[in-house]
Amino acid sequence: MTRRDRRRRIQSTIMTGLSAGTVLLALVPLALIFFFVFSQGLRSLDFDFFTQIPKPVGETGGGMANAIVGSLLLCGLGALFAVPIGVASGIYISEYGDSWLSSASRFAADTLNGVPSIVIGVVVYATVVLPMGHFSGLAGGIALGIMMIPLIARTTEELLRLVPATLREGALALGATRSRAVLTVVVPAALPGIITGVLLALARIAGETAPLLFTAFNNAFWSEKLTQPVASLTVQVYTYAKSPYEDWHRQAWAGSLVLVLLVMICSIVARLATRRLQRMHGR
Amino acid sequence: MTRTRTSAGDLSFRIGTGAFALFIIALVAAIGVVLWMQSRPSLDAFGLQFWRTEIWDPVAGNFGALPFIWGTLYSSLLALLIATPVSIGIAVFISHTCRPNWRPPLVFLTELLAAIPSIVYGLWGFLVLVPALRQLQLALPDVVRALPLFSGPPVGVSLLAAAVILAIMIVPFTSSIAREVLEAVPPAQREASFALGATSWEATKVALHYARTGIVGAVMLGFGRALGETMAVTMVIGNTPKAAASIFAPQYTMAAVIANEFTEAGDALHLGALVEIGLVLFIITLIVNVASRLLLWTMTRQRRPSKAAVSTPAQEAAA
Repeated sequence: MTRRDRRRRIQSTIMTGLSAGTVLLALVPLALIFFFVFSQGLRSLDFDFFTQIPKPVGETGGGMANAIVGSLLLCGLGALFAVPIGVASGIYISEYGDSWLSSASRFAADTLNGVPSIVIGVVVYATVVLPMGHFSGLAGGIALGIMMIPLIARTTEELLRLVPATLREGALALGATRSRAVLTVVVPAALPGIITGVLLALARIAGETAPLLFTAFNNAFWSEKLTQPVASLTVQVYTYAKSPYEDWHRQAWAGSLVLVLLVMICSIVARLATRRLQRMHGR
Repeated sequence: MTRTRTSAGDLSFRIGTGAFALFIIALVAAIGVVLWMQSRPSLDAFGLQFWRTEIWDPVAGNFGALPFIWGTLYSSLLALLIATPVSIGIAVFISHTCRPNWRPPLVFLTELLAAIPSIVYGLWGFLVLVPALRQLQLALPDVVRALPLFSGPPVGVSLLAAAVILAIMIVPFTSSIAREVLEAVPPAQREASFALGATSWEATKVALHYARTGIVGAVMLGFGRALGETMAVTMVIGNTPKAAASIFAPQYTMAAVIANEFTEAGDALHLGALVEIGLVLFIITLIVNVASRLLLWTMTRQRRPSKAAVSTPAQEAAA
């Protein structure tokens, strides 16, 4: 072996080592964040956290029951807006893939996905909160819904493409019209995937704070109506984290732990289901 | 497309779903229009001057957005500087270097990083990272701390804290797209290098060269993310509207100022100024995103199973 060859081999080993090193480097913050969220969060998490509403400043204790319910409410509302729009446009994008509208819509969905969430908050504030005159859960749901639309549209499109062409061709060969073939054969075949896509989108928006800051705002009490401000876990964690009180920091960690668990469970379930689906369709 | 039986039902199906597809386009356009309309008070009052002045005085009604655009670009670029080598390293390791059976768990772990909500990064950054960076700054020798890049009192909340948090947040994002791009490189590229006697790293270099457009796209997509990131940055950057060269100086970003002051903005001018910042943030991220999508598109275009191949036996026969 010449010296040059040896140098090349050493260089190769070093670079391989470096690339493995970057993986370890990325895992360090992950481990640190998990360590703190779990250790601090578990210490502060108690029964009250899930059953009580926040206590006034100065009193210790209390919980985030209203914020947990509020988060679920806002996400549900967002899904209510986004699922029909996302799924229908996803069907169009995959089904009429050769039309200009399909390309433009896919591009718009990708663009919308890249719009900073705070900007969406500003827009919803201007179009919903200002005319209504006050913050509301409805506005928060719309903001989250706008964020979900591109996610759902793109997963729907991709999963419909995964459905084997033979299924559709079979339906068409039996004399089904195109819409019938899509609605009764192609979409049902992709349905489990679309549902996991929705779950994945929910996991993503459940952790959103910025679009809720000036739409759903926050509420220290139970919200009775969607036209009122609604508390959410994320905004509540933010409010507590900014405060100078030790007890509120404690609760912020607990809230973070609940959030992380919620988001993780959602994405793990969704990912397992997606893998399974991809295997099912031989990918 | 093959001629299938068409019917009135088909047409209404196409129009029905098409309306929703059109809705998404309209939504993006509407965001731009609403932002523009709402920022009129500020646009009219300050014009281009808005982006050149450094005064931010809500009480006197005098607004200039220079510190915010500076802080946004500075923190995002610094984050990119940290995140890019790491992301590419991860992408290379997962797509080429590691054993195939290691791939799924590693992909899963990096995706776990992406799933953590931004507010949790913010809380961790504020309560853990910021104190740690303050210690780091105190530990620096005086000679280094005299440099403009590292000067300033050790307050902890700083541009550096924001950049580090942003880097942690965009690594999973950039690396997963870069990995997809690298996986799209035809195996023949690497195999040919190996056949010519290349080492593993040399073959990887060939693959990286082949995939360079897509990797630039992936990095830019991460940049777009960093520009618009709000919560985590708001909590660690110090929220001080003053453009400074030092990475230890508390600064401010466009997204952070909107998050902090929007609900408190009393008059139309203040609100307009904040919306104008939102408008420019929207335009910048739009440009970055469109550019990166175009780069990624040129990369993956060849690979995508073409729509035509799925359903046109006629074309297949012709080919």
